[in-house]
Amino acid sequence: MTASLYICREAPFLLFEVKIIDATKRQLKEISSELGLGLNSHEMEAVRSYFRKKGRNPTDVELQTIGQTWSEHCFHKTFKGKIRMNGNEVDSLFKTYIAKATREIDPSWCFSVFEDNAGIVNFDKGHGIAVKVETHNHPSAIEPFGGAATGVGGVIRDILGVWADPIACTNILGFGPLDFDYNKLPSGVKHPKYVYMGVVAGIGSYGNNMGIPTVNGAIYFDESYVGNVVVYCGCVGILPLKKFMKNAKPDDTIVLAGGKTGRDGIHGVTFASAVLTKESEEISRPAVQIANPIEEEKLKRAIIEIRDRELASAITDLGGGGLSSAVGETAKKFGCGATVDLEKVPLKYAGLAPWEIYVSESQERMLLTVPPKNLEKVLEIFAEEDVEATAIGKFTADGVLRIYYNREKVAELKISFLFEPPKATRIAVYKPANFKEPTYPEPENLTHTLLRLLTSPNIGSKESVIRTYDHEVKGNTVLKPLHGEHGGPNDAAIIKPLDESWKGVTISCGINPNYGKIDAYWMAASAIDEAIRNNLAVGGRRIALLDNFTWGNPEEPERLGSLLKACEACHDFATAFKTPFISGKDSLYNESPLGPVTPTLLITALGMIPDVRLAVSMDVKTPNNLMYIVGQTFKELGGSEYYRLKGFLGKTVPKVQKAHAKKTFRTITKAIDSGFVKACHDLSEGGLAVAAAEMAFAGGYGIELDLRKVPGKALDRNDFVLFAESNSRFLVEVSEKSKKDFEVLMKGKSFARIGEVTDIPRLKIKGLNGRVVVDASLKDLSAFWKRTSSSEV
Amino acid sequence: MKLEEIRVCVLRVGGTNCDAETKRAFENLGVQAEILHINEVVKSQNLLEYQVLVFPGGFSYGDYVRAGVIWANWILAKLGKELKAFVEDDRPVFGICNGFQVLVEAGLLPGFEGLSQYPEAALATNLPPGYNCRWVYLKCENNGKCIFSGKIPKGKVLRVPVAHSEGRFIFTKEQEKKLLEKLYENDQLVFRYCDRTGEYAEGNYPMNPNGSFHDIAGICNSEGTIFGLMPHPERAFYWWQQPNWTRQKRMPQYGDGKLIFESLINYLEKKS
Repeated sequence: MTASLYICREAPFLLFEVKIIDATKRQLKEISSELGLGLNSHEMEAVRSYFRKKGRNPTDVELQTIGQTWSEHCFHKTFKGKIRMNGNEVDSLFKTYIAKATREIDPSWCFSVFEDNAGIVNFDKGHGIAVKVETHNHPSAIEPFGGAATGVGGVIRDILGVWADPIACTNILGFGPLDFDYNKLPSGVKHPKYVYMGVVAGIGSYGNNMGIPTVNGAIYFDESYVGNVVVYCGCVGILPLKKFMKNAKPDDTIVLAGGKTGRDGIHGVTFASAVLTKESEEISRPAVQIANPIEEEKLKRAIIEIRDRELASAITDLGGGGLSSAVGETAKKFGCGATVDLEKVPLKYAGLAPWEIYVSESQERMLLTVPPKNLEKVLEIFAEEDVEATAIGKFTADGVLRIYYNREKVAELKISFLFEPPKATRIAVYKPANFKEPTYPEPENLTHTLLRLLTSPNIGSKESVIRTYDHEVKGNTVLKPLHGEHGGPNDAAIIKPLDESWKGVTISCGINPNYGKIDAYWMAASAIDEAIRNNLAVGGRRIALLDNFTWGNPEEPERLGSLLKACEACHDFATAFKTPFISGKDSLYNESPLGPVTPTLLITALGMIPDVRLAVSMDVKTPNNLMYIVGQTFKELGGSEYYRLKGFLGKTVPKVQKAHAKKTFRTITKAIDSGFVKACHDLSEGGLAVAAAEMAFAGGYGIELDLRKVPGKALDRNDFVLFAESNSRFLVEVSEKSKKDFEVLMKGKSFARIGEVTDIPRLKIKGLNGRVVVDASLKDLSAFWKRTSSSEV
Repeated sequence: MKLEEIRVCVLRVGGTNCDAETKRAFENLGVQAEILHINEVVKSQNLLEYQVLVFPGGFSYGDYVRAGVIWANWILAKLGKELKAFVEDDRPVFGICNGFQVLVEAGLLPGFEGLSQYPEAALATNLPPGYNCRWVYLKCENNGKCIFSGKIPKGKVLRVPVAHSEGRFIFTKEQEKKLLEKLYENDQLVFRYCDRTGEYAEGNYPMNPNGSFHDIAGICNSEGTIFGLMPHPERAFYWWQQPNWTRQKRMPQYGDGKLIFESLINYLEKKS
């Protein structure tokens, strides 16, 4: 520390004044780095001028509060900032693309979007469904178990933070190849296998212990994830909408409830907004929090009780930034100021400096504002659940945040100043990638190719992971992640959350990082298409979307350029499909000594099904039923799993034909509602051949297909028809009885009858010249699918 | 006893998480079921107002020591007298998953000679190790002693899910043969893991999902009034909870798990 910049105030506790008003540019930089503020020079100057106007130097508590509030993690500077690209200026990616899409769609069924900890849509009988997906990449890279577990804990608190009762979790994970060469690991980077085992165990432990079923997810493997593990944790909750209380007022008491506060998770948000280096392990370990799911389970019970009795005026969770974010954001939202007495915060151990108490991210804590007359009742409810709850301050009318420690004022900041950081302006460039389409002859043995594709990590069974998550708890899981006797991979999960209603919640996701290596725009379009068609395939509709971006350092123009393109696609396709975004989260600065993360956009789709008894699973049901392909197939192999297997990336990524896709989507829902569809599976990684194989072994019956009938363009090779990953396609089983009705319904859309279900347990596919090109037993198909590298960990 | 007079106490502590669906199952059958936090029961001393005591699934107190052991000791310390009176009055006690673990740790099961001072069996870490959530088949082994299987003919196969990491039922190695004989002698064996056709799993994974000795999934005490099992019948109560319901042409209205709840209620209704 540069001693001359800090004055230790005379107090029975540790408090520094920081000499910022006379600090030079260089000293500002020193202060930011020495206190771990993570603020750039532009921002530090804004801080200096604020305190110059006040005519005094700030305390460490004040600077830390500003640092946390202005961090990328809390404020989303990149998404809210200005971006210049090719002479154009975009003022806020968020407003220009994401929120704009929702505004243009203007859906009447959205109750609360982007506003709060989670998005909320209307459901049934006065209930709403809340949903949120979080990223927890950085902590999971340093401490896989704790990072992933607290990721789950955090997103569950987001759901509690809108007064909803959590009913389901999702998780989408990205790891490096599990067979990655140990000798190639740079120091400070953990082996993918270690990260994988820790993350999976962490997620399972939190969800299972809290009794929330983990029902949907995906695991994706990519070289770039070796240094940048990707951990998305999602949670869905339900609430009676009339109990949604968000109306805090001056004089309301601030109640902190749940776990005690310690030094775990100090500067988590600053750490989340920095690139990982080989020193991260040592420096940032304290930034990772410690999980205690049982504490959160008790907290949940008390909160639901307080909700039902309408005793509190507002609620929010303590996540990134700890108290500093929770108090500040709530005060701002309700136009209040706040007074906080830090000595009242229950601590895990003595000796924390005031600023540490204020920014600690210790887990399982929630903040409630309670009208004084209800305080006693609220504290009683917490006590009954063995949860510690403490009044730590109150809201005020003057818009100023005042923090005390043992009656000494340690901070005084205007709330309005806290939430008006200088806008960042960043430069973006975007150049379309200049890749080539590979040329090689069609493989002779396509059965062999299909079997190898089925074992590839991104396609193969994730059963070894899924079974370690309780997906049945609460007894409301209507459509499970693994279906039936043979554990086929369902496209979406269905939860029936209300005993008195047959309505179901459909949850699915889409993710295509490999396309992003070629084209970020079409990658995003494909992820949206995939998430939606997964949802439609089981009978879902009225779909809301969530966006989760994992990107590299946005201060690098090219990374920012691809982010901008992806956001553009989010707007274009959300509006095309009338699927509004209702919540999202970005994680930037995913860079390690091995380089940046592959831009990874996760789209989560939350739909509903009017009656769960309409639900369609992906396993074929009855021999002699007919198999139809719906949608068009193109020679789009760029970024496909098939090319990857061959060692290529390729050039032509799958596009989304908006008009076609819209028609297809509408008709699929109609066909399902009419009862024509016995089984339905979306076509994604591995294309038609993989989808057919999965449907066959999941149902225990054979399928015969003929590639000559597949509708599409430029389909001149068997391997391309089999494995192309063109979007907006489904493989559908229809009974002979419904044949005519189904075909009438499909008239004018791209579809074709391409085969049938057989009672011979084999998948047989005739090629473009009429000869059989794929012929494999269900036993082999299933065995190869289950023999993935992940199942051997 | 009249159906509507039957009161079921679904007990919970921090970490219990299957209480709501357990209550729902009872209520569906027309009896009163209440979820009570143990703090409430200790405070109001009202355990004996209930006819059935249920320990539902979950991770009581985080199960940070050994599954079920903290709750077992807690309840013996705080409610030992009431619990003893409850059991001695032959009122049914039901333990599901974590609840089964509690009953074993508390010495209520197998309960060869009534309440035991120490656990006579254990629910050890799964083999293969790790948490496992899947549907399994159970074969009813009971000859009529257990009041929780009165409506289930011996030899009938039920389909119910398990979800746990500590469910391997074992006796001490030296005594396992003798104690198994005793289970048979007293008609305390209730469910064994098997395959779809009713063939015993014989320890084979995944039919036997946790490596339980003799494929034991559930047992009762020597009176037949205390019953515990690792699988979750409350998650197999309705037809739409079953893993293959979309394949069935004609769907029964309920899942197999309902039979266990029904047997219990049926017994109570007949009881004077």
